[in-house]
Amino acid sequence: MSGSEMSEDEERPCPSDLTGGATAKARNCCFNAAVSGGASGGVSGGVGGFHFSPHPDQVLENVLENVLCFLTDRRDRNAASLVSKSWHRAEALTRSEVFIGNCYAVSPGRVTARFERVTSVAIKGKPRFADFSLLPPDWGAHFTPWASVMGDSYRGLEKLYLKRMSISDDDLALLARCFPSFKELVLVCCEGFGTSGLAILARDCRKIRALDLIESDVSDDEVDWISYFPENETCLESLAFDCVECPIDFEALEKLVIRSPSLKRLRLNRFVSITQLYRLMIRAPQLTSLGTGSFGNPTLTDEQDPDYASAFAACKSIVCLSGFREIAPEYLPAIYSVCCNLTSLNFSYGANINTEQFKSVISRCHKLQVLWVFDSVCDEGLEAAAETCKDLREIRVFPIEAREDAEAPVSDVGLLAISEGCRKLKSILYFCQRMTNAAVIAMSKNCPDLVVFRLCIMGRHLPDHVTGEPMDEGFGAIVKNCKKLTRLAVSGLLTDKAFSYIGQYGKLVRTLSVAFAGDSDLALKYVLEGCPKLQKLEIRDCPFGDLSLRSGLHHYYNMRFLWLSSCRVTLQGCQEIACQLPRLVVEVISGEDEERSVSPEHVNTLYMYRSLDGPRADAPSFVQIL
Amino acid sequence: MVGEEENTINKLDFEETELRLGLSCGRKKVHHDNDTTNVNGKRGFVDLKLNISSHDINNKNTQLEFKNNSSLKTQVAKTQVVGWPPVRSSWKNILTSQKIIGHQENDKIGNGVLVKVSMDGAPYLRKVDLNMYKSYQELFDALAKMFSSFTIVQGMKDFMNERKLMDLLNSSDYVSTYQDKDGDWMLVGDVPWGMFVDSCKRLRIMKGIEAIGLAPKAMEKCKNRS
Repeated sequence: MSGSEMSEDEERPCPSDLTGGATAKARNCCFNAAVSGGASGGVSGGVGGFHFSPHPDQVLENVLENVLCFLTDRRDRNAASLVSKSWHRAEALTRSEVFIGNCYAVSPGRVTARFERVTSVAIKGKPRFADFSLLPPDWGAHFTPWASVMGDSYRGLEKLYLKRMSISDDDLALLARCFPSFKELVLVCCEGFGTSGLAILARDCRKIRALDLIESDVSDDEVDWISYFPENETCLESLAFDCVECPIDFEALEKLVIRSPSLKRLRLNRFVSITQLYRLMIRAPQLTSLGTGSFGNPTLTDEQDPDYASAFAACKSIVCLSGFREIAPEYLPAIYSVCCNLTSLNFSYGANINTEQFKSVISRCHKLQVLWVFDSVCDEGLEAAAETCKDLREIRVFPIEAREDAEAPVSDVGLLAISEGCRKLKSILYFCQRMTNAAVIAMSKNCPDLVVFRLCIMGRHLPDHVTGEPMDEGFGAIVKNCKKLTRLAVSGLLTDKAFSYIGQYGKLVRTLSVAFAGDSDLALKYVLEGCPKLQKLEIRDCPFGDLSLRSGLHHYYNMRFLWLSSCRVTLQGCQEIACQLPRLVVEVISGEDEERSVSPEHVNTLYMYRSLDGPRADAPSFVQIL
Repeated sequence: MVGEEENTINKLDFEETELRLGLSCGRKKVHHDNDTTNVNGKRGFVDLKLNISSHDINNKNTQLEFKNNSSLKTQVAKTQVVGWPPVRSSWKNILTSQKIIGHQENDKIGNGVLVKVSMDGAPYLRKVDLNMYKSYQELFDALAKMFSSFTIVQGMKDFMNERKLMDLLNSSDYVSTYQDKDGDWMLVGDVPWGMFVDSCKRLRIMKGIEAIGLAPKAMEKCKNRS
């Protein structure tokens, strides 16, 4: 439902295409401006038809359906659905994957009414800033209403992807009960369920191929959920539970791995020791992706350590490695043999890996494309990565000490090195304290393929640490030189100038994150007026007020959401927007939270988004919908 | 003012146990804005390295900080901001989780009081928010609903029938017990509802026979209380 507008249904049927040809179809198009409804004046045309052959409309629709099956990209499908009513109908019948970018933009009933034969659903719930404790926990994004509606309408559902949703054990039980063909469940940053829900899923979804829990909050219901998988051979291909913060029964896990010959992806949680990892690896040499669990806490016996190196060597297909949650660095050399094949390496759980240890690994990873590390590897570690990983596409450098006064050991030096060594870089997330415009400008020139640039200078309002200037020029260069840029996160000392650059050059920017930046309303104005593709805008603690809010009125219906917290918008300003744009849901959280002292006339949080079905019914008491 | 301080202290107490023992001296990002005269922000201004330790000497908060932060640097109660830097709280927890000893039995989410409920015979436990109910009867109704959705093993047919379960819960076959703040197991229903919510840490619904031993002790405790 994201992207283009939804076309509305028309009263009159399409005329036969054989009588009118292309022009008739064109005249009968139901293009819609936003969601204002009203079909364009259609051509009546007779419903001509031949008596002794299938109705031409039907033939056309059959053809269309067969062709549209090949259309997989949802944006293409959205466009196709706008051509005419028959296209709309055919597209709706052939769409098997539905993506809902904002769970409140549309009601479950509307989705199931339009798309009848869906096998895969993806839904995103809370805004991203909820991850940083900026939303109280019971804000919403409940999966239950979707579950019950889909339970009735999508009996053939095979795949479900949820991000930042609240899903309960009962919802999981419903999945297990209503969808006999259910194959894949991916939960990213979700919460509300526990190991009891997992147990039901494991027991009842006989065809499950993938159970991936990623950065989700899973409560410990003290049930041994692993042992609930059926006794016979499973079709499991992917099992990721690295975020599950409770111990599992290792014997049950080992037996599960033994009876899952298709298992390719296995991500263990930190309660699996390195000794146990060894036992699993020798059972599953076919793995392509491994999350190693703790990679520490070896069972100390009198016997020799198992030959970890040979276990890794036996897994010739591993291309993706993560875990290392409680790493005992002396075991790190065991992974050397797989390094040369790795395309993805995630060290960002392994706290105590120092520069030398990191270098010993990274220097062997010639094929690496994705790297996630902690800043404890220092600039020197990043330099080593830049030297070896010429194919790097994505790098994320996280802070070990996530405090704004922390002394981050990476800086502009590391960034520069990466930019010089990894010319194919597409995506970067970089936390640091010291940064220079020069390094950022260099990256903008060295890495023209950048699609995602997220720089977080942790100390608020920090300028270029060499020149003392604001970081305007650096970010300006990024939007100017990186012509494919779609996602940008800015930080450091920034004046309105930086935003004028973004508005001027950021023509493809879809997602923008801003914090503690800007001087005045002009900054937001530049962005809202200058970035036509802007979809997701999240802003906190900036001096933007009602005036700037008004400057986006022409664009808000095209956006997935706008988030403004601890800024200078007033209730009245929000009210104005709500009045002018009736299909926009304007949620306001006023300064109830003691911890976030905002001036009483300013709203604490403004979260607004377009919706086809009006304000939601499940808003908690602290949310006011205007 | 005192109430507010106490509130902050309670919050800190909880937060300290959750995040303290890790590598990073990462405090949870709590806005220590006890200075109510300055409501409209320090937010958005440049220098935040405010040394407000002199203010804090009179503030009990400092003592909590001393307990848990060894480095001198952090004696300066710096005004931290919620959710900044933007790192998911689960990341921070990952760093400290290996050091945390034991779970918290109770989760306090907002105003909710979540307790684990186990029922003899049911294979796994559930959690309930005691604040959602106003009386014992409401709690039991909810429990009956919850546990009746278990369709686990064959012997559990009773659980599929909510009504029957209600009868069971209300009859003498099953006895509801709870573990209070002192760690003692008590019979549910003896104390006023409000008091129960405050002191209950965990619920267990046990088969009547096993609960017999509890009765005298529970009675004693009740007498001592009133």
